[in-house]
Amino acid sequence: MAADIRELNSTPTVRARNLVRGFSGRGVLNGLDIDIHKGEFVALLGRSGSGKSTLLRALATLDHGVAGSGELRMPEEISVVFQDARLLPWKRVLDNVTLGLEGDDVRGRALEALAEVELAGREAAWPYELSGGEQQRVALARSLVRAPELLLADEPFGALDALTRIRMHDLLQRLCQRHRPAVLLVTHDVDEAIKLADRVLVLEAGKLAREFPINNEQRQDQNQLHALRAALLQQMGVYVDSNKPARALATH
Amino acid sequence: MTLRTSPGDFSRSLLQSSTITNALKPRAAARRRSLRLGRAIPYGWTFGPLLLILAWSVGAAAGWIDPRSLPAPWTVISTAIDLATEGRLQENLLVSLQRVSEGFALGVLAGVLIGLVAGLSRVGEYLVDGIIQIKRAIPTLALIPLLMLYLGIGEGMKITIIALTVFIPVYINLHAYLRAIDSRYVELADTLRLRYRDFVRHIVLPGALPGLLLGLRFGVTGSWLALVVVEQINATSGIGYMINLAGSYGQINIVLVGLVLYAAMGFISDATIRFIQKRVLTWQRTFAN
Repeated sequence: MAADIRELNSTPTVRARNLVRGFSGRGVLNGLDIDIHKGEFVALLGRSGSGKSTLLRALATLDHGVAGSGELRMPEEISVVFQDARLLPWKRVLDNVTLGLEGDDVRGRALEALAEVELAGREAAWPYELSGGEQQRVALARSLVRAPELLLADEPFGALDALTRIRMHDLLQRLCQRHRPAVLLVTHDVDEAIKLADRVLVLEAGKLAREFPINNEQRQDQNQLHALRAALLQQMGVYVDSNKPARALATH
Repeated sequence: MTLRTSPGDFSRSLLQSSTITNALKPRAAARRRSLRLGRAIPYGWTFGPLLLILAWSVGAAAGWIDPRSLPAPWTVISTAIDLATEGRLQENLLVSLQRVSEGFALGVLAGVLIGLVAGLSRVGEYLVDGIIQIKRAIPTLALIPLLMLYLGIGEGMKITIIALTVFIPVYINLHAYLRAIDSRYVELADTLRLRYRDFVRHIVLPGALPGLLLGLRFGVTGSWLALVVVEQINATSGIGYMINLAGSYGQINIVLVGLVLYAAMGFISDATIRFIQKRVLTWQRTFAN
Protein backbone atom coordinates (compact mmCIF):
# COMPACT_ATOMS: atom_id res chain seq x y z
CA MET A 1 0.00 0.00 0.00
CA ALA A 2 1.18 3.50 -0.87
CA ALA A 3 0.76 4.74 2.68
CA ASP A 4 3.25 2.19 4.01
CA ILE A 5 5.93 3.24 1.57
CA ARG A 6 5.42 6.85 2.57
CA GLU A 7 5.79 6.00 6.24
CA LEU A 8 9.14 4.42 5.50
CA ASN A 9 10.81 6.84 3.16
CA SER A 10 10.41 10.29 4.64
CA THR A 11 9.20 12.48 7.43
CA PRO A 12 5.85 14.01 6.57
CA THR A 13 5.56 17.62 5.41
CA VAL A 14 2.67 18.14 7.79
CA ARG A 15 2.32 16.29 11.04
CA ALA A 16 -0.40 16.96 13.57
CA ARG A 17 -0.96 14.94 16.70
CA ASN A 18 -3.81 15.15 19.14
CA LEU A 19 -4.92 18.45 17.65
CA VAL A 20 -7.63 20.15 19.71
CA ARG A 21 -9.48 23.33 18.79
CA GLY A 22 -12.62 24.72 20.29
CA PHE A 23 -14.90 27.70 20.28
CA SER A 24 -16.43 28.91 23.55
CA GLY A 25 -15.98 25.58 25.27
CA ARG A 26 -17.34 23.47 22.41
CA GLY A 27 -14.74 21.17 20.91
CA VAL A 28 -14.52 21.35 17.11
CA LEU A 29 -11.34 19.34 16.64
CA ASN A 30 -11.07 16.61 19.25
CA GLY A 31 -7.64 15.05 19.21
CA LEU A 32 -7.06 14.85 15.47
CA ASP A 33 -3.99 13.15 13.96
CA ILE A 34 -2.91 13.81 10.39
CA ASP A 35 0.20 13.35 8.25
CA ILE A 36 0.62 14.70 4.74
CA HIS A 37 3.72 13.86 2.73
CA LYS A 38 5.50 15.74 0.00
CA GLY A 39 3.72 15.33 -3.32
CA GLU A 40 0.70 13.75 -1.71
CA PHE A 41 -2.77 15.00 -2.59
CA VAL A 42 -5.16 14.60 0.33
CA ALA A 43 -8.83 15.46 0.15
CA LEU A 44 -10.77 16.17 3.29
CA LEU A 45 -14.48 15.40 3.24
CA GLY A 46 -17.01 15.93 5.94
CA ARG A 47 -20.45 17.21 6.68
CA SER A 48 -20.79 20.88 7.47
CA GLY A 49 -19.86 21.41 11.08
CA SER A 50 -17.50 18.45 11.10
CA GLY A 51 -14.49 20.72 11.58
CA LYS A 52 -13.11 20.85 8.01
CA SER A 53 -12.63 24.58 7.94
CA THR A 54 -11.31 24.66 11.49
CA LEU A 55 -8.65 22.12 10.58
CA LEU A 56 -7.67 24.03 7.46
CA ARG A 57 -7.48 27.28 9.38
CA ALA A 58 -5.39 25.61 12.09
CA LEU A 59 -2.94 24.33 9.46
CA ALA A 60 -2.88 27.75 7.77
CA THR A 61 -2.24 29.28 11.22
CA LEU A 62 -5.17 31.58 10.61
CA ASP A 63 -6.83 30.64 13.91
CA HIS A 64 -5.50 33.41 16.09
CA GLY A 65 -7.23 33.52 19.41
CA VAL A 66 -8.87 30.09 19.05
CA ALA A 67 -8.39 27.92 22.11
CA GLY A 68 -6.51 24.71 21.40
CA SER A 69 -3.64 22.35 22.00
CA GLY A 70 -1.73 19.58 20.28
CA GLU A 71 1.46 18.98 18.38
CA LEU A 72 1.69 20.61 14.97
CA ARG A 73 4.66 20.51 12.64
CA MET A 74 4.34 22.63 9.55
CA PRO A 75 6.64 23.60 6.66
CA GLU A 76 7.93 27.13 6.09
CA GLU A 77 6.13 27.84 2.83
CA ILE A 78 2.36 27.44 2.98
CA SER A 79 -0.07 28.76 0.41
CA VAL A 80 -3.81 29.00 0.78
CA VAL A 81 -6.38 29.05 -2.00
CA PHE A 82 -9.77 30.22 -0.77
CA GLN A 83 -13.23 29.56 -2.13
CA ASP A 84 -13.30 33.09 -3.48
CA ALA A 85 -10.28 34.12 -5.55
CA ARG A 86 -9.64 36.93 -3.09
CA LEU A 87 -7.84 39.19 -5.53
CA LEU A 88 -7.30 42.78 -4.51
CA PRO A 89 -9.63 44.69 -6.84
CA TRP A 90 -7.30 47.72 -6.89
CA LYS A 91 -4.32 45.77 -8.18
CA ARG A 92 -3.78 44.46 -11.68
CA VAL A 93 -3.40 40.72 -12.16
CA LEU A 94 0.41 40.79 -12.08
CA ASP A 95 0.53 42.88 -8.90
CA ASN A 96 -1.92 40.50 -7.28
CA VAL A 97 0.41 37.61 -8.04
CA THR A 98 3.54 39.40 -6.79
CA LEU A 99 1.84 40.68 -3.62
CA GLY A 100 4.35 40.26 -0.79
CA LEU A 101 6.66 38.20 -2.99
CA GLU A 102 10.37 38.60 -2.36
CA GLY A 103 13.61 37.53 -4.00
CA ASP A 104 15.06 37.89 -7.49
CA ASP A 105 13.08 38.65 -10.61
CA VAL A 106 9.71 38.80 -8.92
CA ARG A 107 8.07 39.95 -12.15
CA GLY A 108 9.58 37.19 -14.26
CA ARG A 109 8.52 34.51 -11.81
CA ALA A 110 4.99 35.91 -11.64
CA LEU A 111 4.71 35.99 -15.43
CA GLU A 112 5.85 32.39 -15.54
CA ALA A 113 3.24 31.39 -12.97
CA LEU A 114 0.55 33.20 -14.96
CA ALA A 115 1.62 31.34 -18.08
CA GLU A 116 1.35 28.08 -16.16
CA VAL A 117 -2.28 28.77 -15.32
CA GLU A 118 -2.87 29.68 -18.98
CA LEU A 119 -3.22 33.40 -18.34
CA ALA A 120 -0.19 34.63 -20.28
CA GLY A 121 -0.82 38.11 -21.61
CA ARG A 122 -3.50 38.96 -19.05
CA GLU A 123 -1.07 40.40 -16.48
CA ALA A 124 -2.26 43.99 -16.99
CA ALA A 125 -5.98 43.18 -16.60
CA TRP A 126 -8.01 44.34 -13.61
CA PRO A 127 -9.61 41.53 -11.59
CA TYR A 128 -13.14 42.65 -12.51
CA GLU A 129 -12.32 42.08 -16.17
CA LEU A 130 -11.77 38.35 -15.55
CA SER A 131 -14.32 35.55 -15.33
CA GLY A 132 -14.72 33.60 -12.09
CA GLY A 133 -12.56 30.75 -13.37
CA GLU A 134 -9.84 33.13 -14.54
CA GLN A 135 -9.83 34.88 -11.18
CA GLN A 136 -9.41 31.56 -9.42
CA ARG A 137 -6.52 30.76 -11.79
CA VAL A 138 -4.83 34.02 -10.80
CA ALA A 139 -5.25 32.94 -7.17
CA LEU A 140 -3.59 29.61 -8.08
CA ALA A 141 -0.72 31.47 -9.74
CA ARG A 142 -0.36 33.64 -6.64
CA SER A 143 -0.03 30.47 -4.57
CA LEU A 144 2.29 28.60 -6.92
CA VAL A 145 4.74 31.44 -7.45
CA ARG A 146 5.66 31.07 -3.77
CA ALA A 147 6.76 27.44 -4.40
CA PRO A 148 4.74 26.18 -1.42
CA GLU A 149 5.65 22.98 0.37
CA LEU A 150 2.03 22.80 1.46
CA LEU A 151 -0.96 23.93 -0.56
CA LEU A 152 -4.16 24.35 1.40
CA ALA A 153 -7.32 24.71 -0.65
CA ASP A 154 -10.67 25.53 0.96
CA GLU A 155 -13.37 24.44 -1.51
CA PRO A 156 -11.54 26.34 -4.24
CA PHE A 157 -13.95 25.29 -6.99
CA GLY A 158 -17.17 25.60 -5.03
CA ALA A 159 -18.20 28.86 -6.65
CA LEU A 160 -17.43 27.83 -10.24
CA ASP A 161 -19.78 26.42 -12.84
CA ALA A 162 -19.57 22.71 -13.66
CA LEU A 163 -17.61 23.07 -16.92
CA THR A 164 -15.08 25.49 -15.48
CA ARG A 165 -14.70 23.19 -12.49
CA ILE A 166 -13.70 20.25 -14.70
CA ARG A 167 -11.05 22.35 -16.43
CA MET A 168 -9.78 23.63 -13.10
CA HIS A 169 -9.51 20.04 -11.79
CA ASP A 170 -7.26 19.12 -14.71
CA LEU A 171 -5.18 22.26 -14.30
CA LEU A 172 -4.71 21.71 -10.57
CA GLN A 173 -3.79 18.09 -11.16
CA ARG A 174 -1.13 19.02 -13.75
CA LEU A 175 0.29 21.77 -11.56
CA CYS A 176 0.50 19.52 -8.52
CA GLN A 177 2.22 16.78 -10.51
CA ARG A 178 4.78 19.29 -11.73
CA HIS A 179 5.48 21.11 -8.46
CA ARG A 180 4.73 18.28 -6.03
CA PRO A 181 3.64 20.17 -2.94
CA ALA A 182 1.74 18.41 -0.19
CA VAL A 183 -1.91 19.27 -0.84
CA LEU A 184 -4.89 19.37 1.47
CA LEU A 185 -8.11 19.99 -0.42
CA VAL A 186 -11.19 20.65 1.66
CA THR A 187 -14.33 19.84 -0.28
CA HIS A 188 -17.82 18.47 0.13
CA ASP A 189 -17.88 17.08 -3.39
CA VAL A 190 -17.28 13.33 -3.22
CA ASP A 191 -16.56 13.05 -6.95
CA GLU A 192 -14.05 15.85 -6.83
CA ALA A 193 -12.27 14.14 -3.94
CA ILE A 194 -12.14 10.79 -5.75
CA LYS A 195 -10.95 12.38 -8.97
CA LEU A 196 -8.10 14.41 -7.50
CA ALA A 197 -6.87 12.81 -4.30
CA ASP A 198 -4.40 10.05 -3.50
CA ARG A 199 -6.11 9.70 -0.16
CA VAL A 200 -9.53 10.82 1.01
CA LEU A 201 -10.08 11.53 4.69
CA VAL A 202 -13.52 11.79 6.21
CA LEU A 203 -13.80 14.08 9.19
CA GLU A 204 -16.48 13.41 11.75
CA ALA A 205 -17.05 15.21 15.04
CA GLY A 206 -13.57 16.68 15.00
CA LYS A 207 -11.72 13.43 14.36
CA LEU A 208 -10.67 11.53 11.27
CA ALA A 209 -13.37 8.90 11.01
CA ARG A 210 -11.96 6.98 8.07
CA GLU A 211 -9.29 7.03 5.45
CA PHE A 212 -9.73 5.89 1.84
CA PRO A 213 -6.59 5.43 -0.28
CA ILE A 214 -7.48 5.87 -3.94
CA ASN A 215 -5.72 4.57 -7.03
CA ASN A 216 -6.32 4.81 -10.74
CA GLU A 217 -7.70 1.27 -10.94
CA GLN A 218 -10.58 2.30 -8.69
CA ARG A 219 -11.21 5.43 -10.72
CA GLN A 220 -11.41 3.50 -13.99
CA ASP A 221 -13.45 0.52 -12.88
CA GLN A 222 -17.12 1.54 -12.74
CA ASN A 223 -18.06 -1.01 -10.08
CA GLN A 224 -15.21 -0.10 -7.77
CA LEU A 225 -15.94 3.58 -8.35
CA HIS A 226 -19.58 3.21 -7.36
CA ALA A 227 -18.70 1.19 -4.32
CA LEU A 228 -16.12 3.74 -3.23
CA ARG A 229 -18.53 6.61 -3.75
CA ALA A 230 -21.25 4.83 -1.80
CA ALA A 231 -18.83 4.07 1.02
CA LEU A 232 -17.70 7.70 1.20
CA LEU A 233 -21.27 8.98 1.17
CA GLN A 234 -22.29 6.44 3.79
CA GLN A 235 -19.41 7.59 5.95
CA MET A 236 -20.91 11.05 5.76
CA GLY A 237 -24.37 9.82 6.63
CA VAL A 238 -25.89 9.54 3.15
CA TYR A 239 -27.12 6.04 2.37
CA VAL A 240 -27.36 5.02 -1.27
CA ASP A 241 -27.82 1.86 -3.26
CA SER A 242 -24.28 1.10 -4.39
CA ASN A 243 -25.53 -0.32 -7.69
CA LYS A 244 -26.86 3.01 -8.81
CA PRO A 245 -24.97 6.24 -9.41
CA ALA A 246 -25.10 8.08 -6.10
CA ARG A 247 -24.87 11.53 -7.42
CA ALA A 248 -28.56 12.35 -7.58
CA LEU A 249 -29.04 11.41 -3.96
CA ALA A 250 -25.96 13.12 -2.70
CA THR A 251 -27.51 16.50 -2.31
CA HIS A 252 -27.54 18.14 1.05
CA MET B 1 -37.81 50.45 -36.07
CA THR B 2 -41.05 49.56 -34.39
CA LEU B 3 -42.86 46.31 -34.66
CA ARG B 4 -46.21 47.98 -34.78
CA THR B 5 -47.77 47.28 -38.18
CA SER B 6 -50.44 49.28 -39.88
CA PRO B 7 -53.46 47.48 -41.35
CA GLY B 8 -52.00 48.03 -44.86
CA ASP B 9 -48.77 46.30 -43.92
CA PHE B 10 -50.75 43.55 -42.39
CA SER B 11 -52.79 42.75 -45.47
CA ARG B 12 -49.76 42.98 -47.73
CA SER B 13 -47.82 40.54 -45.56
CA LEU B 14 -50.81 38.29 -45.57
CA LEU B 15 -50.74 38.22 -49.34
CA GLN B 16 -47.04 37.45 -49.38
CA SER B 17 -47.23 34.59 -46.98
CA SER B 18 -50.28 32.93 -45.67
CA THR B 19 -48.39 30.70 -43.25
CA ILE B 20 -47.42 33.53 -40.93
CA THR B 21 -50.55 34.29 -39.03
CA ASN B 22 -50.32 34.88 -35.32
CA ALA B 23 -47.12 36.88 -35.37
CA LEU B 24 -48.55 39.46 -37.71
CA LYS B 25 -51.85 40.05 -36.02
CA PRO B 26 -51.89 43.76 -35.17
CA ARG B 27 -52.72 43.06 -31.54
CA ALA B 28 -49.79 40.74 -31.05
CA ALA B 29 -47.42 43.14 -32.81
CA ALA B 30 -48.18 46.02 -30.44
CA ARG B 31 -45.37 45.56 -27.99
CA ARG B 32 -45.65 45.92 -24.28
CA ARG B 33 -44.19 49.17 -23.03
CA SER B 34 -40.68 48.70 -21.64
CA LEU B 35 -40.34 49.17 -17.90
CA ARG B 36 -36.89 50.65 -18.29
CA LEU B 37 -36.22 54.38 -18.23
CA GLY B 38 -35.14 54.54 -21.86
CA ARG B 39 -31.84 55.50 -23.39
CA ALA B 40 -29.72 58.17 -21.69
CA ILE B 41 -29.03 61.36 -23.67
CA PRO B 42 -25.54 62.87 -23.31
CA TYR B 43 -25.63 66.11 -21.28
CA GLY B 44 -29.32 65.49 -20.70
CA TRP B 45 -29.00 67.02 -17.24
CA THR B 46 -28.50 70.47 -18.85
CA PHE B 47 -32.06 70.48 -20.22
CA GLY B 48 -33.62 71.68 -16.97
CA PRO B 49 -31.20 74.55 -16.31
CA LEU B 50 -31.33 75.66 -19.96
CA LEU B 51 -35.12 75.66 -19.87
CA LEU B 52 -35.01 77.78 -16.72
CA ILE B 53 -32.67 80.31 -18.36
CA LEU B 54 -34.92 80.35 -21.42
CA ALA B 55 -37.98 81.11 -19.25
CA TRP B 56 -36.00 83.81 -17.44
CA SER B 57 -34.93 85.39 -20.77
CA VAL B 58 -38.42 85.28 -22.27
CA GLY B 59 -39.93 86.69 -19.09
CA ALA B 60 -37.39 89.54 -19.00
CA ALA B 61 -37.75 90.37 -22.72
CA ALA B 62 -41.54 90.38 -22.52
CA GLY B 63 -41.44 92.60 -19.46
CA TRP B 64 -43.19 90.04 -17.23
CA ILE B 65 -40.33 90.06 -14.72
CA ASP B 66 -39.65 93.28 -12.80
CA PRO B 67 -35.94 94.06 -13.40
CA ARG B 68 -35.73 95.50 -9.86
CA SER B 69 -36.34 92.04 -8.39
CA LEU B 70 -34.67 89.98 -11.14
CA PRO B 71 -32.62 91.65 -13.89
CA ALA B 72 -32.43 90.03 -17.32
CA PRO B 73 -29.70 87.45 -18.01
CA TRP B 74 -27.96 89.82 -20.42
CA THR B 75 -27.90 92.51 -17.72
CA VAL B 76 -26.09 90.05 -15.45
CA ILE B 77 -23.60 89.24 -18.23
CA SER B 78 -22.95 92.92 -19.05
CA THR B 79 -22.56 93.66 -15.32
CA ALA B 80 -20.00 90.86 -15.09
CA ILE B 81 -18.11 92.35 -18.06
CA ASP B 82 -18.19 95.81 -16.46
CA LEU B 83 -16.90 94.41 -13.15
CA ALA B 84 -14.17 92.52 -14.99
CA THR B 85 -12.98 95.60 -16.90
CA GLU B 86 -12.90 97.55 -13.64
CA GLY B 87 -10.84 94.69 -12.19
CA ARG B 88 -13.17 94.18 -9.20
CA LEU B 89 -14.36 90.80 -10.38
CA GLN B 90 -10.94 89.16 -10.66
CA GLU B 91 -9.70 90.82 -7.49
CA ASN B 92 -12.55 89.51 -5.36
CA LEU B 93 -12.59 86.15 -7.05
CA LEU B 94 -8.87 85.67 -6.42
CA VAL B 95 -9.24 86.54 -2.73
CA SER B 96 -12.10 84.06 -2.37
CA LEU B 97 -10.22 81.35 -4.28
CA GLN B 98 -7.20 81.84 -2.08
CA ARG B 99 -9.27 81.54 1.12
CA VAL B 100 -10.97 78.40 -0.10
CA SER B 101 -7.82 76.72 -1.34
CA GLU B 102 -5.85 77.49 1.81
CA GLY B 103 -8.66 76.36 4.07
CA PHE B 104 -9.31 73.28 1.94
CA ALA B 105 -5.64 72.28 1.88
CA LEU B 106 -5.31 72.70 5.64
CA GLY B 107 -8.52 70.78 6.29
CA VAL B 108 -7.53 67.91 4.01
CA LEU B 109 -4.06 67.71 5.53
CA ALA B 110 -5.43 67.57 9.06
CA GLY B 111 -8.22 65.18 8.07
CA VAL B 112 -5.82 62.76 6.39
CA LEU B 113 -3.21 62.84 9.17
CA ILE B 114 -5.65 62.47 12.03
CA GLY B 115 -7.75 60.01 10.02
CA LEU B 116 -4.68 57.81 9.56
CA VAL B 117 -3.81 58.02 13.25
CA ALA B 118 -7.32 56.99 14.28
CA GLY B 119 -7.75 54.49 11.44
CA LEU B 120 -4.50 52.60 11.85
CA SER B 121 -4.20 52.32 15.62
CA ARG B 122 -6.56 51.58 18.46
CA VAL B 123 -4.81 53.97 20.86
CA GLY B 124 -4.97 56.68 18.22
CA GLU B 125 -8.68 56.08 17.81
CA TYR B 126 -9.32 56.21 21.55
CA LEU B 127 -7.42 59.47 21.85
CA VAL B 128 -8.81 61.24 18.82
CA ASP B 129 -12.12 59.86 17.67
CA GLY B 130 -14.24 60.77 20.70
CA ILE B 131 -13.16 64.39 20.55
CA ILE B 132 -13.94 64.60 16.86
CA GLN B 133 -17.35 62.97 17.28
CA ILE B 134 -18.17 65.64 19.89
CA LYS B 135 -16.82 68.39 17.63
CA ARG B 136 -18.90 66.97 14.81
CA ALA B 137 -22.05 67.46 16.84
CA ILE B 138 -21.31 71.21 17.03
CA PRO B 139 -21.84 72.92 13.67
CA THR B 140 -18.58 74.58 12.71
CA LEU B 141 -20.39 77.81 11.92
CA ALA B 142 -21.52 77.95 15.56
CA LEU B 143 -17.85 78.21 16.52
CA ILE B 144 -17.44 81.52 14.70
CA PRO B 145 -17.95 83.75 17.77
CA LEU B 146 -15.39 81.75 19.74
CA LEU B 147 -12.86 81.72 16.92
CA MET B 148 -13.34 85.45 16.44
CA LEU B 149 -12.36 85.93 20.10
CA TYR B 150 -9.27 83.74 19.67
CA LEU B 151 -8.14 84.62 16.17
CA GLY B 152 -9.68 88.02 15.52
CA ILE B 153 -11.64 88.81 12.41
CA GLY B 154 -8.80 88.51 9.90
CA GLU B 155 -7.87 85.86 7.37
CA GLY B 156 -6.72 83.41 10.07
CA MET B 157 -10.23 83.04 11.45
CA LYS B 158 -11.77 82.71 7.98
CA ILE B 159 -9.33 80.05 6.85
CA THR B 160 -9.69 78.15 10.13
CA ILE B 161 -13.47 78.00 9.74
CA ILE B 162 -13.13 76.67 6.18
CA ALA B 163 -10.46 74.17 7.25
CA LEU B 164 -12.63 72.88 10.11
CA THR B 165 -15.57 72.44 7.75
CA VAL B 166 -13.41 70.43 5.34
CA PHE B 167 -11.64 68.46 8.05
CA ILE B 168 -14.72 66.70 9.41
CA PRO B 169 -15.96 64.84 6.29
CA VAL B 170 -12.40 63.98 5.22
CA TYR B 171 -11.65 62.52 8.64
CA ILE B 172 -14.98 60.71 9.01
CA ASN B 173 -14.90 59.01 5.62
CA LEU B 174 -11.21 58.12 5.64
CA HIS B 175 -11.47 56.71 9.15
CA ALA B 176 -14.59 54.72 8.31
CA TYR B 177 -13.04 53.20 5.19
CA LEU B 178 -9.76 52.40 6.93
CA ARG B 179 -11.74 50.49 9.55
CA ALA B 180 -13.97 48.78 7.01
CA ILE B 181 -11.16 46.93 5.21
CA ASP B 182 -12.59 43.52 4.34
CA SER B 183 -11.43 40.92 6.87
CA ARG B 184 -10.93 38.49 3.99
CA TYR B 185 -8.10 40.69 2.75
CA VAL B 186 -6.59 40.76 6.23
CA GLU B 187 -6.69 36.97 6.17
CA LEU B 188 -5.07 36.95 2.73
CA ALA B 189 -2.30 39.25 3.96
CA ASP B 190 -1.83 36.85 6.86
CA THR B 191 -1.39 33.83 4.60
CA LEU B 192 0.95 35.75 2.28
CA ARG B 193 2.91 36.80 5.37
CA LEU B 194 2.86 40.45 4.41
CA ARG B 195 4.84 42.73 6.67
CA TYR B 196 2.76 45.35 8.44
CA ARG B 197 4.25 48.09 6.26
CA ASP B 198 3.31 46.25 3.06
CA PHE B 199 -0.11 45.37 4.44
CA VAL B 200 -0.84 49.06 5.02
CA ARG B 201 0.64 50.08 1.69
CA HIS B 202 -0.94 47.45 -0.55
CA ILE B 203 -4.20 46.69 1.21
CA VAL B 204 -5.30 49.25 3.79
CA LEU B 205 -4.45 52.49 2.01
CA PRO B 206 -5.70 51.61 -1.48
CA GLY B 207 -8.80 50.08 0.08
CA ALA B 208 -9.52 53.34 1.93
CA LEU B 209 -8.87 55.55 -1.08
CA PRO B 210 -12.54 55.65 -2.16
CA GLY B 211 -13.36 56.91 1.34
CA LEU B 212 -10.79 59.67 1.10
CA LEU B 213 -12.17 60.78 -2.24
CA LEU B 214 -15.71 60.73 -0.91
CA GLY B 215 -14.54 62.89 1.99
CA LEU B 216 -12.89 65.28 -0.45
CA ARG B 217 -16.14 65.70 -2.36
CA PHE B 218 -18.10 66.50 0.78
CA GLY B 219 -15.23 68.71 1.91
CA VAL B 220 -15.00 70.76 -1.26
CA THR B 221 -18.73 71.49 -1.18
CA GLY B 222 -18.49 72.41 2.49
CA SER B 223 -15.55 74.72 1.86
CA TRP B 224 -17.62 76.97 -0.43
CA LEU B 225 -20.47 76.97 2.05
CA ALA B 226 -18.13 78.08 4.83
CA LEU B 227 -16.63 80.71 2.55
CA VAL B 228 -20.02 82.27 1.92
CA VAL B 229 -20.59 82.58 5.65
CA VAL B 230 -17.16 83.90 6.64
CA GLU B 231 -17.19 86.44 3.83
CA GLN B 232 -20.31 87.99 5.33
CA ILE B 233 -18.40 88.71 8.55
CA ASN B 234 -16.23 91.81 8.49
CA ALA B 235 -14.73 90.98 5.12
CA THR B 236 -13.31 93.81 3.01
CA SER B 237 -12.76 91.68 -0.08
CA GLY B 238 -13.98 88.51 -1.74
CA ILE B 239 -17.10 87.53 -3.63
CA GLY B 240 -19.13 87.44 -0.43
CA TYR B 241 -18.07 90.98 0.39
CA MET B 242 -18.97 92.07 -3.14
CA ILE B 243 -22.43 90.50 -2.80
CA ASN B 244 -23.01 92.02 0.62
CA LEU B 245 -21.96 95.47 -0.43
CA ALA B 246 -24.08 95.36 -3.60
CA GLY B 247 -27.00 94.06 -1.55
CA SER B 248 -26.92 97.03 0.78
CA TYR B 249 -26.96 99.39 -2.24
CA GLY B 250 -29.73 97.45 -3.92
CA GLN B 251 -27.48 96.51 -6.88
CA ILE B 252 -29.21 93.24 -7.50
CA ASN B 253 -27.40 92.60 -10.80
CA ILE B 254 -24.05 92.48 -8.94
CA VAL B 255 -25.59 90.17 -6.33
CA LEU B 256 -26.57 87.84 -9.15
CA VAL B 257 -23.06 87.93 -10.67
CA GLY B 258 -21.70 86.90 -7.26
CA LEU B 259 -24.17 84.05 -6.95
CA VAL B 260 -23.34 82.80 -10.45
CA LEU B 261 -19.65 82.89 -9.52
CA TYR B 262 -20.29 80.86 -6.36
CA ALA B 263 -22.28 78.33 -8.37
CA ALA B 264 -19.60 78.07 -11.06
CA MET B 265 -16.77 77.68 -8.53
CA GLY B 266 -18.68 75.08 -6.52
CA PHE B 267 -19.53 73.15 -9.65
CA ILE B 268 -16.00 73.27 -11.08
CA SER B 269 -14.36 72.13 -7.86
CA ASP B 270 -16.81 69.26 -7.42
CA ALA B 271 -16.30 68.24 -11.06
CA THR B 272 -12.53 68.30 -10.52
CA ILE B 273 -12.76 65.92 -7.57
CA ARG B 274 -15.11 63.67 -9.54
CA PHE B 275 -12.62 63.65 -12.41
CA ILE B 276 -9.80 62.68 -10.04
CA GLN B 277 -12.07 60.00 -8.56
CA LYS B 278 -12.63 58.52 -12.00
CA ARG B 279 -8.94 58.50 -12.82
CA VAL B 280 -7.75 57.10 -9.51
CA LEU B 281 -10.45 54.46 -9.13
CA THR B 282 -10.23 52.91 -12.60
CA TRP B 283 -10.27 49.51 -10.90
CA GLN B 284 -13.86 50.01 -9.83
CA ARG B 285 -16.31 48.39 -12.17
CA THR B 286 -18.92 51.07 -11.51
CA PHE B 287 -16.67 53.75 -12.95
CA ALA B 288 -15.31 51.66 -15.80
CA ASN B 289 -18.76 50.93 -17.15
